[in-house]
Amino acid sequence: MEEFLQQLTNGLAVGGIYALIALGYTMVYGILRLINFAHGDLFTLGAYFGLTLLISLGLADHLNGLAVGGVLIVMAMGLVAVVGWLLERVAYRPLRDSDRLAAVVSALGASIFFSNAIMLVYGPRSQVYPSGILPSAAFPLFGVEVPVMRFLMFGGSALLMCLLYWFIHKTRVGTAIRAVAIDQDAAKLMGINVNSIIALIFLIGPALGGAAGVMVGLYYGQITYDMGFSFGLKAFTAAILGGIGNIPGAMLGGILLGVIEAMGAAYISIAWKDAIAFAVLILILIFRPTGLLGERVADKV
Amino acid sequence: MKDTSPYLELRNLRVKYGNVEALHGISVRVNKGEIVTILGANGAGKTTTLTAISGLVKPSGGGIFFEGKPLDALPSHKVVQLGITHSPEGRRVFGTLTVRENLELGGFTRRDKEQAAAILKWIFELFPRLEERIEQLAGTLSGGEQQMLAIARALMGEPKVLLLDEPSLGLAPILVRSIFDSIREINENGVTVILVEQNARAALKIADRGYVMEVGKIVMDDNADALLANPDVQAAYLGGGA
Repeated sequence: MEEFLQQLTNGLAVGGIYALIALGYTMVYGILRLINFAHGDLFTLGAYFGLTLLISLGLADHLNGLAVGGVLIVMAMGLVAVVGWLLERVAYRPLRDSDRLAAVVSALGASIFFSNAIMLVYGPRSQVYPSGILPSAAFPLFGVEVPVMRFLMFGGSALLMCLLYWFIHKTRVGTAIRAVAIDQDAAKLMGINVNSIIALIFLIGPALGGAAGVMVGLYYGQITYDMGFSFGLKAFTAAILGGIGNIPGAMLGGILLGVIEAMGAAYISIAWKDAIAFAVLILILIFRPTGLLGERVADKV
Repeated sequence: MKDTSPYLELRNLRVKYGNVEALHGISVRVNKGEIVTILGANGAGKTTTLTAISGLVKPSGGGIFFEGKPLDALPSHKVVQLGITHSPEGRRVFGTLTVRENLELGGFTRRDKEQAAAILKWIFELFPRLEERIEQLAGTLSGGEQQMLAIARALMGEPKVLLLDEPSLGLAPILVRSIFDSIREINENGVTVILVEQNARAALKIADRGYVMEVGKIVMDDNADALLANPDVQAAYLGGGA
């Protein structure tokens, strides 16, 4: 029971992170049918922006831990959103009408560019978030001492996901985003500026990825310039698991993958953690290629 | 013949898809308050003409003028803002959104809530079925209901000019009649209508004037009554004698 609860809460905390990143993949795919391979690196960028802000602003001297976390996340979201917007302008928009493979190659190039830029600026060694920002206390859950930090992680990502869900489903612009995902030409005939909607997607997705980056920094303490690759791949798996292009699917897929991975590591073997995650991907692709909630199939990428 | 400049005018309009020219320089004049129908067989260029007006395809030559100003350099969403809305071929309703959301999107460029409510009321008078199905997903509607929704959605943008592409396609005859009655009523409320149709007889009955297209050219234009009586039109598009 102890082991199970520990792994469940750990899985939920990590799964929330996967879900936040997966949303960026799935939203871009839903609108452009493009896998934004640079998305994992935008997540990394969020972690590094967060670290720089934390140190240069001296936030920890003035505020309590929770407020520091909140402020960092919001600021990193804003900065990464700007980078995402630029990425779309520079690397994707000029290729919108060209061969699809060109955009994929451009995405891979952007990914390499970002991870190398981070390495050049911050160095190839891992960087460390100052410890003790978030409370390290434990919370008794059914008699098991579970670190409070896990609840904060999951709560933070759940809050952001609820906000996104509300925006997409309850606002006028959110309805326009869904319309563009269904039929771009028909959306244009409604008077929707499809270019602005695409730009907006490249603000929101990277912002969520940036938030996840800061959360990973706060949670694990250590960040590396290439961590976007492994987290990105897991989140991409999560997006496929839930059904790529489907927003609730990405949320569900991320959380499920986090829990499956944690359980697999605990009850099968920790060495097999990644293998288990990708085995899930392979099984989904074989038996339910549209994902758990999806209708569309990822093709040609 | 009035000598006032036309409300909407296509001047020697050319459109190319790659190397293939689909419109070989067509000229169409539409006066304010008219129903103008464009007839022709499949592939004649009728749909291309409408998509060029709404900016989904860019002309390779010639021009499109609305209220005297050029339209052809504008992106589609700006054309909608000027008051030209388009109910496209194949309805193209947003199937996984509700009827209400589809209608809200139709009014995307119009921010006045009271005005939107008034239009919605009028739409429900035109198409009471839509009010009954307001919370249903558009994809679950029948073909006729989807057609009503496509027209209603275009009306939500408060058009000055409404472009309708094959509103009768695939509908039972009784529904066709009711759709055409609605188009006439929309027109009587002051909306200029450009109607592309294969059902030439029904279209000419409600239209003021008509153009006949063949392989990217206008081959005939006249008053609707004259076209209905024209033996060539009868032979080619009205299935012989009445």
